[in-house]
Amino acid sequence: MDDLYREVIIDRYKTPHFRGKLDPHDIAFEDDNPLCGDHIAITLRLDGDNRISAAAFEGHGCAISQASADLLVEAIIGKSLDEVKALTKQDVLDLLGIELGPVRLKCALLSLKVLKAGVYGLGEASDELVE
Amino acid sequence: MSLDVARIRQDFPVLGREVRPNVPLVYLDSTATSQKPVAVLAAMDDFYRHSNANIHRGIHTLAEEATAMYEKGREQVASFIHAPAAKQIVFTRNASESINLVAYTWGRANLKAGDEIVLTEMEHHSNLVPWQILAAERGVQLEFIPVTADGLLDLEAYHKLLEGNPKLVAFVHMSNVLGTITPAAEIIRLAHAAGATTLVDGAQSVPHMPVDVQALDADFLAFSAHKMLGPSGIGVLYGKAELLESMPPFLGGGDMIKAVHLHSFTPNSIPHKFEAGTPAIAEAVGFGAAVEYLTGVGMDAVAAHEQKIIAYALERLAEIPGVRVLGPSAEEKGGVAAFIVEGVHPHDVAQILDHYGVAVRAGHHCAQPLHEKFGIPATARASFYLYNTLEEVDKLVAAIYQVKKIFG
Repeated sequence: MDDLYREVIIDRYKTPHFRGKLDPHDIAFEDDNPLCGDHIAITLRLDGDNRISAAAFEGHGCAISQASADLLVEAIIGKSLDEVKALTKQDVLDLLGIELGPVRLKCALLSLKVLKAGVYGLGEASDELVE
Repeated sequence: MSLDVARIRQDFPVLGREVRPNVPLVYLDSTATSQKPVAVLAAMDDFYRHSNANIHRGIHTLAEEATAMYEKGREQVASFIHAPAAKQIVFTRNASESINLVAYTWGRANLKAGDEIVLTEMEHHSNLVPWQILAAERGVQLEFIPVTADGLLDLEAYHKLLEGNPKLVAFVHMSNVLGTITPAAEIIRLAHAAGATTLVDGAQSVPHMPVDVQALDADFLAFSAHKMLGPSGIGVLYGKAELLESMPPFLGGGDMIKAVHLHSFTPNSIPHKFEAGTPAIAEAVGFGAAVEYLTGVGMDAVAAHEQKIIAYALERLAEIPGVRVLGPSAEEKGGVAAFIVEGVHPHDVAQILDHYGVAVRAGHHCAQPLHEKFGIPATARASFYLYNTLEEVDKLVAAIYQVKKIFG
């Protein structure tokens, strides 16, 4: 079971470190995974150099979707917008430290999709953002 | 009557596999699709090896054999549901297509703005969305028999709905989430007394219990082969002969016509009128073998076995703190247990169960309005069939305890 639900995933699901909504914020975006109803909303605050000074997420869904959001939000604090745009699917998988099948991959990547759609200022989050 | 389940399991090759080394498969997802016995695989294999040809109007030996095999499948299915005649069995792709066929043909020919259709709150999307499409197009009103907190239909409310003189009552015979077996004969009797036509979604009932369309007096019955040991890609619309004959055709093309001219055509007689193009021939052969297999076991015995399993499963699941099963008591339902584990999302439940080889489904099971009614986005669902054992229920329960341990 270690390879499937590492302790960090269960911990971050039960007690997320970055849950909340930043108000005021500079960037906000949210989206659902229609397949399973997972929902993630991310808010970001930027400093004078366009670096992320604070980040938070709200949402509900499975442990994979919620833990990946918490870990991702933690990882982007201090990064520039260009660095965020360069994040990939593999970066999220490295944060989670597990292998996932195609269905659960969508759960894991929802937060990255939401984050990138927000940072790019897009109207909607597309799967292409996390290919 | 008790089933020799160990012997039955031998007939299903896939049940012998492991999902990973030393993790045997515990298949509890038959409500989504059933596994297939060797008899069905062999019948389809034999068809392709020895008799494959297109059906109808072929003069050569193979075409005649293929036609006879396809039509024999129809006869076997007809007798399985006690249909008066094989011509009342229309082969479709699946139960969804069967219901769509009725909505697109009978519905468009018979319903106008302001007419009412009575459905229930526990319908699968396949017996909801076709009517929503028709409602949007024709201004037809949809009314719903409410589901009680126990997962039963509120029949008092149904009596009131019938006072509105609906044109159609379309309802599920066995819920794919709650497992509830609805009082179909009574619903139909009351509908007929109010002048309504009836459609029964038998996708879950026909595979799991004896269904006699004449005893039910159903006007239409829809079901799918793949949920009853047969192949995917073929389903059935049963209809009363006079209804099917009066309905306009569905899809146009080959085989559904008697004669075609440049500007007109004469439709074929039933059931061919509704079977445009080359149908699923090998699948009809496999479907015939599936109903023969079920008949050999006996549908009373299948239903009794599943009753035993679900009663045991509900008892065992009730022992687990924080686990809640939706739907009525065992006596009022088939072999379906949709459940939630407090504090754990159903997808996580299903993933951990899979780690222990236990295959269950997680989601809204194509019944989103029903989940909304109960205020939960999704459930995990274990479902049982003739090849499942009490030991498999124990494995399910043990795996749920692992879920609780991991999410502690």
